[in-house]
Amino acid sequence: MSDRLREAARGLARWESGLAVVVIALLIGGPAISPDFLTGTNLFNLGLSNGEIAIMTLPMTLIIISGEIDLSVASMLGMASALLGRLWSEHVPMPAIFAVIAVVGLAAGAVNGLLVTRFRLPSLAVTIGTLALYRGIATILLGPTTVSGFPVGYTDLGVNGVPFTNDDMTWSTLVFLVGAIASGVVLHATGFGRSVFAMGASEEAAQFAGIRVKRIKTVLFMVSGLVCSLAGVLWTFRLDTAVQDNGLGLELDVVAIVLLGGVSIFGGKGSVAGVVLAALAFAGIQNLLLLTNFNQEATGVVTGALLLASVFAPLAVGQLRQLPWSRRPTTERIQS
Amino acid sequence: MPGGLAARALRIRESGIVVVLAVFVAVTASVQHRFLNAANIQFVLVDTTVFALLALGETMVVISRNVDLSIGSTLGLSAYLSASLFQGHSGAVVPLVFGAGLGIGLACGLANGVLVAGGRVPSLVVTLATLYIIRGIDILIVGGKEVTAASLPASFLQIPKATVGGVPDVAIAVAVVIGIGAYYLRTFRSGRDLYAIGSSPQAARLVGLPVGRRVFTAFAASGAIAGLAGVLWAAQYGTVNSSAGTGYELQVISAVVVGGVAIFGGSGGVVGAALGALLLATISTALYVLGISPFWDQAIWGFLLLVAITLDQAIGARLTAALRRRRTREPPEGPS
Repeated sequence: MSDRLREAARGLARWESGLAVVVIALLIGGPAISPDFLTGTNLFNLGLSNGEIAIMTLPMTLIIISGEIDLSVASMLGMASALLGRLWSEHVPMPAIFAVIAVVGLAAGAVNGLLVTRFRLPSLAVTIGTLALYRGIATILLGPTTVSGFPVGYTDLGVNGVPFTNDDMTWSTLVFLVGAIASGVVLHATGFGRSVFAMGASEEAAQFAGIRVKRIKTVLFMVSGLVCSLAGVLWTFRLDTAVQDNGLGLELDVVAIVLLGGVSIFGGKGSVAGVVLAALAFAGIQNLLLLTNFNQEATGVVTGALLLASVFAPLAVGQLRQLPWSRRPTTERIQS
Repeated sequence: MPGGLAARALRIRESGIVVVLAVFVAVTASVQHRFLNAANIQFVLVDTTVFALLALGETMVVISRNVDLSIGSTLGLSAYLSASLFQGHSGAVVPLVFGAGLGIGLACGLANGVLVAGGRVPSLVVTLATLYIIRGIDILIVGGKEVTAASLPASFLQIPKATVGGVPDVAIAVAVVIGIGAYYLRTFRSGRDLYAIGSSPQAARLVGLPVGRRVFTAFAASGAIAGLAGVLWAAQYGTVNSSAGTGYELQVISAVVVGGVAIFGGSGGVVGAALGALLLATISTALYVLGISPFWDQAIWGFLLLVAITLDQAIGARLTAALRRRRTREPPEGPS
């Protein structure tokens, strides 16, 4: 029993501990590279510029583990932002706007989910389609106009931090942390989470085991729609700007962070802890390169290299295990 | 006999998009006659060339059940580097510049091929990583600079404008390249292998097809073609900065899918994919001519994409059912 536990822990910990090393190295090496790195103001800015992306990685984690993908996340963010701008410019009261955005976000996710589960279409193709569709709706809603001048009480989100944190932590960071804990618990400690892993490992087996695969996948896509809409609202208030191309192209950043976190693109494997560490590493590296006057847009080189490492490191470990001196006698292995 | 059935299905697949294209052109032309004037047709055709080329490379990759997300970055890098050859000593000749673009693209494609085929890791992750890395290298090289039309020789900028009997030279050249691609995929053994690999990589490996080598070739071709498309892009737009081709990857994949290429490989063709690219360009021009706000562009495209994959799925399901019925009715009696 303890053997199995240890085996499981070792299997889980491998990539995550590598990421933890990266994050710790950033914490130790960062201040040496730039004295501004660990200052409150900088951490606040780091949280501001990465908060929404980080928030969107959480539902994406669950969706990829379940064996699907959602490329429409950034478009759903943009659609929520456009809705907020359009409705605000037409003097709709804020609570009503929030309700509309929540409903539209859920509906957008439901369209993704139903097309994938009921029509049995590949989610990669479906969500490239809705990526264009939802961004298109955002464009129709706002056209070339830019809406700003939202109430100060809301736009303070981008200026003030969470109370009692000395204004060092942004609201989006708080949302991310709370969301991470919630998704961690749901994924790793509930029957729902085990179902998500099961269908990612083998959809057919999950179906035969009585798991309601279609319903759960639809729910995951709907949650993604809702969470991305929330990210859209945060984004809009933080910049005090609603334009049709808010968040354009972020979907690949979100997918990259999730994969960097050790989640298997084929589903069935991954952890929220890994994704949280990957988000921290992603944000930290980007921020540090910014502070060192490195061309910030070129940080993709580092992200890309890490991403490659995330697929090749497990392979390298597997190769090492094949070497004769590290081969251990295997006791009755269950044949799949 | 089964060949007849398959041929009919293939005809259905590509005729679907031809019908949509015809309806679109007919409706637009009946409302606004100047849609079909020579200048407009030339504009649409030239606009299509870059995407049709990219779609050709992407189709080869997608048919083999892989995906190449790095083509937009490859195009950007090739566009800048090849166009900047003209700067300073403008002694560079046009064919040499096209050769350089092809070489740059080939280098990117070879890198993808080595990583995917050599490492046997998912191409989605690898090419997502190279998307970042190639774009990052591009940004590091370009910085804030840009190549402007003023620094490019007239003979280069004239390329997209030259026509033969009203048809742009580049459109003819690209059509010929696509014809060669279609012929290759249809008749050459290595081309047929891509379909076999895409239908079932495991089966392909078991019957002894050189899976790794074929996939490697597909990625190399896709990269080389994207490099070539980059030079064409530079000639067409004249101004090249570090963001050239950003986001093209998802547009090209969607054109390929609308053109009837199955996202998980094994079926579809280059001609359909090129027609998908043509439809993409036609829609935006048609909306412009009709006086509909270009802001409707993306939503319509997204909707069409969803319709296309849903229909494709329905046709595929019917085809499978028909094949199954046929098989049960006529027991196989060796090759006929």
